[in-house]
Amino acid sequence: MASFNNTANDRGLYAAVGEFQDETVLISAIEQIRHKGYSKLEAYTPFPVHGIDEALGSKPSKLGWFVICCGATGVTAAATFIWWAGAIDYPIIVGGKPLFAFTFSVPIMFELMILCSAFGSLFGMLGVNGLPQFYHPIFNYSHADRITDDGFVLAIEASDPQFDAQECVKVLEGAGATFTEVVPK
Amino acid sequence: MAELAKAELLNIIREECNPPMLEGNMSYHDITDQISSITEWKKTPTAWWIMISITGTLLLLLLSMLTYLVSRGIGVWGNNSPAGWAWDITNFVWWIGIGHAGTLISAILFLLRQKWRTAINRAAEAMTIFAVACAAIFPLFHTGRPWRAIYWLFPIPNTYLHMWQNYRSPLEWDVFAVSTYGTVSVLFWYTGLIPDLAILRDRSKPGLRKVIYGVLSLGWRGAANHWKHYEKAYMILAGISTPLVLSVHTIVSFDFAVSVIPGWHTTIFPPYFVGGAVFSGFAMVMTLLLITRWLLHLENIITMRHLELMNKVILATGTLVGYSYATEFYIAWYSGDPYEQFGFLNRIVGPYWWAWWTMFICNCVIPQFFWVKKMRRNIAVMFIISITTNIGMWFERFVIIVLSLHRDFLPSSWGYFKPTWVDICTYIGTFGLFLTLYLLFVKFCPIIAVAEVKGTLSNQTHTDHVYAHYLESHEVSAQESHGIV
Repeated sequence: MASFNNTANDRGLYAAVGEFQDETVLISAIEQIRHKGYSKLEAYTPFPVHGIDEALGSKPSKLGWFVICCGATGVTAAATFIWWAGAIDYPIIVGGKPLFAFTFSVPIMFELMILCSAFGSLFGMLGVNGLPQFYHPIFNYSHADRITDDGFVLAIEASDPQFDAQECVKVLEGAGATFTEVVPK
Repeated sequence: MAELAKAELLNIIREECNPPMLEGNMSYHDITDQISSITEWKKTPTAWWIMISITGTLLLLLLSMLTYLVSRGIGVWGNNSPAGWAWDITNFVWWIGIGHAGTLISAILFLLRQKWRTAINRAAEAMTIFAVACAAIFPLFHTGRPWRAIYWLFPIPNTYLHMWQNYRSPLEWDVFAVSTYGTVSVLFWYTGLIPDLAILRDRSKPGLRKVIYGVLSLGWRGAANHWKHYEKAYMILAGISTPLVLSVHTIVSFDFAVSVIPGWHTTIFPPYFVGGAVFSGFAMVMTLLLITRWLLHLENIITMRHLELMNKVILATGTLVGYSYATEFYIAWYSGDPYEQFGFLNRIVGPYWWAWWTMFICNCVIPQFFWVKKMRRNIAVMFIISITTNIGMWFERFVIIVLSLHRDFLPSSWGYFKPTWVDICTYIGTFGLFLTLYLLFVKFCPIIAVAEVKGTLSNQTHTDHVYAHYLESHEVSAQESHGIV
């Protein structure tokens, strides 16, 4: 049964939301609903479901490119600093070794590459995802706390050109949703 | 074919190709419930309070020893010429090595698609961070003035030294290796924790607890679009942690290998150190998980299969370590260098013969019991071996460090190192730090990677469907099925 969330207000609607039994049903529902021409879909799952990106038609993550840039920055910074500190700012001969050489710089260049890449992947991921974001309309869904447990949820967002709350609820039910709700913003 | 036979066949195929990771028929909700409930104790068990009072006391012992050391100077430790490095650096290398298993489990096994890692990776990663914290104490306090050491170790502009570090020195490389390792381990661990902290947030009643888990989980909502980037980030972190973990113990071994001391100056050190690190780390994961699993009733998630697989890793790495010892001795003999030859003979029959033999028996002999399947699946046996392994690995570092230093080129400078009570109490104290942090982790964090275990379960169910579908569409006899298997 569809129900209107009683916290609905004049800010409008976020989406029509349907909950599905498991990940397999969810994926086939996404395929069916996209086939009907809906494009603004978002799925919420307790763990990364394989095949869901293909079903949603979302493009692969480009995070890798960002991380490569971070890694390159780390390598360059390390090499530049070791050269500047050892050969320019404070040149002192130790153990008859040259003031700067690529070989002895490798370990620190490597470590800084890893360090910057690691920061890049965590903070890059948060940046792309827009996190931290402590408020999101999906939290208005009355069973939002089930998503991290065992809720497989599909939202047809109100920004979809075809959006019509009652119609969307029917579509979700038709695709096998066990519970549906219209969620306010 | 009869229905019954098909069901039997499916079971055979499951057991052989896709053995279940979890015992019992668990749903996603059961997994959430079982793991989260540990952090939701209404009344914290008395056993936890007893344990934390003991480990807390040991932690206080550590703090008093460090205070004593700072107030009196590092002369309170037993290291002195000729053994300028002794228990401190032994403990440092030992703790760092223990940390390596966590990264191996979370990163390398992830890249190798070893799904069984999901049951143990969270606890192992936590252990990595705590072990690195224990390890860092020793070199930091060995400087004698830890509050100033930050300027000696890191290139921080200051008006007090007017100079930079020597980047040609392996000790400086080590500073970068260990601090990067600690930082990346924390980042990787936290990345894995975000979705699980969101589970705890969603299960908490409104209040302080919900606010804390809410802030820590950064508003995670499980959107498919988020998981996509999240999985990418996780894979990259695993990908960069893999060479990182290999580089850390390689660079630790450079501290020795780049010098000219007989017994240290060898090219085998990097792989030998990494192998040993994984060996001792897995043993420590085993010791802790056996206790955790027993106390928190996690037998259905950390199954006998997981333990057996870990024992296989211990056997393999233990054998690698044994092989490295043999290579070292062979090269010492083959080099024709009298100092090198004496150094190695001195290890077996010299004044510290007992240290070498303890190491040899614990590392090379005892793990060989794991060739027998019954031994690999016996809790008492694996518990004992996990402990002897870490005793052996501690002695390995002691042998490498003290036994190489105490008798150098000139017999007039030979000596015999003995630890002081401060050495001993500081080492015992680090267990206090390690175990206290572990107990706090058990109480406040999900100790099993819940979202990852669910992913594994989903994968399992899917694969089972594929097999069932195959059997439906193909008429296969029981005999043929062995061919498929």
